Amino acid sequence: MRLIVNGEPQDITAKTLSELLTLMEYEGEWLATAVNGELVHREDRVGHALHENDRIEVLTPMQGG
Amino acid sequence: MLNLYGTEIASRLLLGTARYPSPAILTEAVKRSGTEIVTVSLRRETAGGRNGGAFFEMIRALGVRVLPNTAGCHGVSEAVLTAKMAREVFQTNWIKLEVIGNHDTLQPDVFGLVEAAHVLAGEGFEVFPYTTDDLVVAERLIDAGCKVLMPWCAPIGSAAGPLNLSALRAMRAHFPDVPLIVDAGIGRPSHAATVMELGFDAVLLNTAVASAGDPVAMADAFAKAIEAGRQAFGAGVLEPRDLAVPSTPVIGKAVFA
Repeated sequence: MRLIVNGEPQDITAKTLSELLTLMEYEGEWLATAVNGELVHREDRVGHALHENDRIEVLTPMQGG
Repeated sequence: MLNLYGTEIASRLLLGTARYPSPAILTEAVKRSGTEIVTVSLRRETAGGRNGGAFFEMIRALGVRVLPNTAGCHGVSEAVLTAKMAREVFQTNWIKLEVIGNHDTLQPDVFGLVEAAHVLAGEGFEVFPYTTDDLVVAERLIDAGCKVLMPWCAPIGSAAGPLNLSALRAMRAHFPDVPLIVDAGIGRPSHAATVMELGFDAVLLNTAVASAGDPVAMADAFAKAIEAGRQAFGAGVLEPRDLAVPSTPVIGKAVFA
């Protein structure tokens, strides 16, 4: 399935957001996720089904001012 | 004490966490500054969570309160989503709301800012809006639910210092009971002292400390300047006047000729 992860097209077999994070080796309590411009809470990632061309954002804390 | 959305804060210096030469220097600068609040952002992760994880742990170890920001957001929906994602990560309702309207000056898009503030306040966020020194915009932000305002004094990172003292003075006079934090444009401790002498409640800094020759020493200098400015405001600063006033009494002066 073709997905856009952090702006990059990815061909990946994940069926859910949680599977995607595992397959792409994203881990950590500090990650925030959104699909197609909507926040997906940590506890909802397991049940969040992905579809062709979904846009996924995985954000993390960074330096800022 | 400074009261920000019901939280009592002793230090009137808020520090950004970007551009420091190293994590160790950032840590030391935060400690030396005495700040109780640091700002952080959210960005796309490129290393499976490891980069953000290391930074997250370092911030947690500082033991200070985190004020996440929506830096770099140019639209309302982008800023609102970033705020929600920040709340997910940092478990705080505080958000430093930036909606940028101009690439060159990083000037806030005040229309989008008010709209985003309204949405976020409705969702339980405690919004710290990065705004201009415009009184009408400030009124709208308060109407939208903001209980703190963060006016710029010059463009972000410019180090230009307070460019419009009249506007800042008017803002202080117009909102005597709203915590006002000068955010953006402070370049040196004397700039910070100046706005504190006007009666502002706090100063948010980043580049002026992080890019100094010795960030740790500069953090200390800013802390002292902010404290001095606050003390001077409390003590009643003399207003300038056009003509001289002799400080030594004239009565009793000897006449030699």
